[in-house]
Formats: sequence, C-alpha cells, structure tokens
Amino acid sequence: MTKTFSELGFPGRLIAVEGLDGSGKSTQIYLLKRWLELQGLKVFFSEWNSSDLVKSATSKGKKRELLSPSTFSLIHATDFADRYERQLVPLLRAGYLVLCDRYIFTAFARDTVRGCPPEWVRGIYNFAALPDLTFFFKADLEVSLNRILEGRPQLKYFEAGMDLHLSNDPYESFRIFQGRILEQYLAMSTEFNFLLMDANQPIEAQQSIVRELIAAKLDLSTFTTEGSHAELNLSEQTSRSTKPVPRTR
Amino acid sequence: MEKRNKVPGLRPVSASIVIPQRTARRFYGHGLPKVDPNRLAGRLIVVEGADGSGRSTQIERLMRWLEGAGHATVQVGLKRSTLVSEELDKAQKGNILSRTTLSLFYATDFADQLENSILPALKAGFIVLADRYIYTLMARDLVRGMNAKWLENLYGIALVPDAVFYLKVSPEILVQRNFAKDFSLDYWESGMDLGLSRDMFDSFIKYQGLMAAQFERLQATYGFGIIGGDRSTDEINAELRQKIELVLAKK
Repeated sequence: MTKTFSELGFPGRLIAVEGLDGSGKSTQIYLLKRWLELQGLKVFFSEWNSSDLVKSATSKGKKRELLSPSTFSLIHATDFADRYERQLVPLLRAGYLVLCDRYIFTAFARDTVRGCPPEWVRGIYNFAALPDLTFFFKADLEVSLNRILEGRPQLKYFEAGMDLHLSNDPYESFRIFQGRILEQYLAMSTEFNFLLMDANQPIEAQQSIVRELIAAKLDLSTFTTEGSHAELNLSEQTSRSTKPVPRTR
Repeated sequence: MEKRNKVPGLRPVSASIVIPQRTARRFYGHGLPKVDPNRLAGRLIVVEGADGSGRSTQIERLMRWLEGAGHATVQVGLKRSTLVSEELDKAQKGNILSRTTLSLFYATDFADQLENSILPALKAGFIVLADRYIYTLMARDLVRGMNAKWLENLYGIALVPDAVFYLKVSPEILVQRNFAKDFSLDYWESGMDLGLSRDMFDSFIKYQGLMAAQFERLQATYGFGIIGGDRSTDEINAELRQKIELVLAKK
C-alpha cells in the first residue's frame, strides 16, 4: 500500500520510529508517549515482535536457530499482521494516536540484508498502510554500536546477524550487519518521507524537536478522550512495562 | 509380505528401475535466497484435494508403489513444521487470528517445510509426495477474500512441482465420506469462520463448493491435472500411477 492512514480517511494517526539498535529511538518514543498521555490524549503503543501468539514460535525459532532468511521474514510478518489487524487498525478507526517502535521499514531493511528479494518482502507487507509520520533516528554507526557493545553484552545469534556468516566473532558480525541495515534505511529515507533525526544530540534536544514536529503536523485536540479527565489516567499510564531501560545487559 | 499381496491392484514387482532424468526447474516467483533449483535432482509430486477426497489413502498407496519400484520416497504435508505447527494448531483451535495473520502463519509453516524437508530430500534425489501444497493454502485464502496478487507474491518462494494432481470430489460425496469416517464435520473444512450458514451441513456444502471453484481458477493458472475423485480407490490409483510413470520417464 502506498497510502498513509490519514490518506485512507482514518480518524487516527500512526507515528513510527525507526533506527538501528542503540539509536535511542525507544527512549524518544517513550517520552513522546508520556507527553501525549499527560495531555489526556488517546494513545496506544506497540512494539515490533510483540504479539503473544506468535512470540512462542519466534522465540523457539530463535533459540534453536531454526530460522532461515525466509522464515525469519515470514514469522515477523505474521507477528506484525496479528498486531496490525487486531490492534492497530481498530484503534486507528477509533481515532487513536498509535505509536510504533519499529514498523514495516525494519523488515524491509533487515530482510533485504538477509538476502530476501526486496520486492517479495514489500509485497508481503503491502496490506499495511504507511505511517502518517516516520521518525528515523540516525546516529553515527560507531555511536549506536558502542551503546550496545559497551557492556560487552551477550549478543543473540540473529541479533548479531550470525546467520549471515559475516564473521565468526559476534561483535564483528554485529558491526557489519548493523552497517548494512543502516545503508538500507538511508536508501529508503526519501521514498518513505522519513523525518531525519540527529540521534547524536542530547535526549532533550531530540525530544523537543519530536514534540514540535508532532504539534505542527497534527491537530492534537482531535485525539482527546471523550469526556476525559487527564488526571484519572495518570496512574495506569505510568506503566513500567513500556519504559525502555538503557541496554546494559 | 502377506499383507502386501492382499492390496488390490498391486502388480508383480519388476527388477528394472526407471531412473528419472534431470529436468530444468524453477520457482514460481522470486524463489529462496541462495537456492539453485537446478541442483535439485528428485521429483516433487503433489496431491491436492479436500478432506475426504481420498488424498491420504492414495498417497499411502503411491508411496508403497514407488518404493517397490526402487524410488526413495518421502511424504510431506501442511502444518507439520517444527517451527510453527504447534502454535498454528493452538491458534486454529482458539480461532483468534485474523485472516492475513493466519495466512502468513501458514506460509511460515510451508516455508519451513520447504527449506527443511522438501528441498533437502530433492537434493538427495528423493521423490517427494506432498499431501497438499500451496494451492490448498491459496484456495482457502482466496475464498476468504485475500488478494490473488498478494498470494502469488507470497508463494513465489515455492518450487514448481513436477506434477500436481487435484482429486475432485463433489461436496455431497465429501460429506458422506467425512461422516463415514467419524460422524462429524471439521470446523475449518466446513468454513464455519466465514458465516456462510449457521447450519454446519449447509456451510460445509457451500464452503466446499467455493473451494472447488477456487481450485478451478487456480487450475487455469497453474495447470494441474484434475482427477475425478468420485470413482473407486483402485481406479483413481491406477490413473495416478500411469501419470506418475510418465513424469518419471520424462526427460
């Protein structure tokens, strides 16, 4: 699909963030979510690879290293479709602001790097409308790599792109893999109107740009909860589950 | 041995074995990353048909016949992947997935089996008997209103089989065979999720009619052989053997 939700006449709007692991995008979307919630707006947050039903298959596939580029791609598409059909679309019909930590562009970039034909991947996801706004957090490759690799974490097999046999060293493999994903992202940037964010800036500087852009591009007053009392929502929305924790595993 | 001799229609086993020649192979679409279809030596033979069409019985008999004729043979089917078959089963029982999701879940199962069962067997020169293939998956989705072009792209990963046989059985006979087996109709094989009728019998007849229409549409595109399935098991098996012999002798 080549239309956004607004172009399709949905009352809701979808805002996506994309970027490499370690680009700080999860922190930014969390802060954005808090800002919107505190204004009493109807907000929903959805994360890549989080559908309960598909999760057990995905984690089994990953743990046992059963996934090929094609099944890796298809199982993530299944996860996305589940969230898309059961949550995102109904909420957007109901006039919600839907925030997505990663959207179809993550699949376009990763699956292509894994060797799946780009037209095949795009064809599979063409049931999905485009986001109304897509923020792309672009940090220097070294900066994102260091954020992840600083604590010498145990990198997971697929996360490090080990299935691509780029290097026997997981850290080296991760570097090459992330570099290739970045290339793919940048190649899509114009086509999909990414709002390019300088992710090397301080968190606050980035967040203020994000908020300004959202306020300028959306009429936020149309997303108010009917008969809302913002204060009533405060406690339940300080849910810790969506708060990103800096990655020092 | 004794048991085998009782199987009707089994001919004396000859010692000469037909060696299948390699033929050019291709995928329907983009194919799979890093797989060269021309390195696949075996033969892929698909049998399609609804539950109660006699598919499994025919495949069992073909398997015995092929092995008797000296061909290493394996059977594959839908929803048997290590990766997702369990979850797929769960999802189906709960009827909680929407259409695109279920469709992609099945495609994942298919891709997993294609890569881990079908292709390795073909590489090793086996004859692979597929108990249903992408056509059933596509027909089910088409009946549920999924886009044909989308499905074509999705299943562009599939290898073009050497032969596809569709056992065509009228819905009325399917009903009788399903009842004869276990006195019940399956929820999904009756298309109950489509809301065609609250009466399961009516829904089954309607749904199987819709499936047959989609198979005819697919037949026009993919050109598979239609086998009249209303006949006796022996008659059908004889026709299948004859056609498979041609496939094996083909250069």
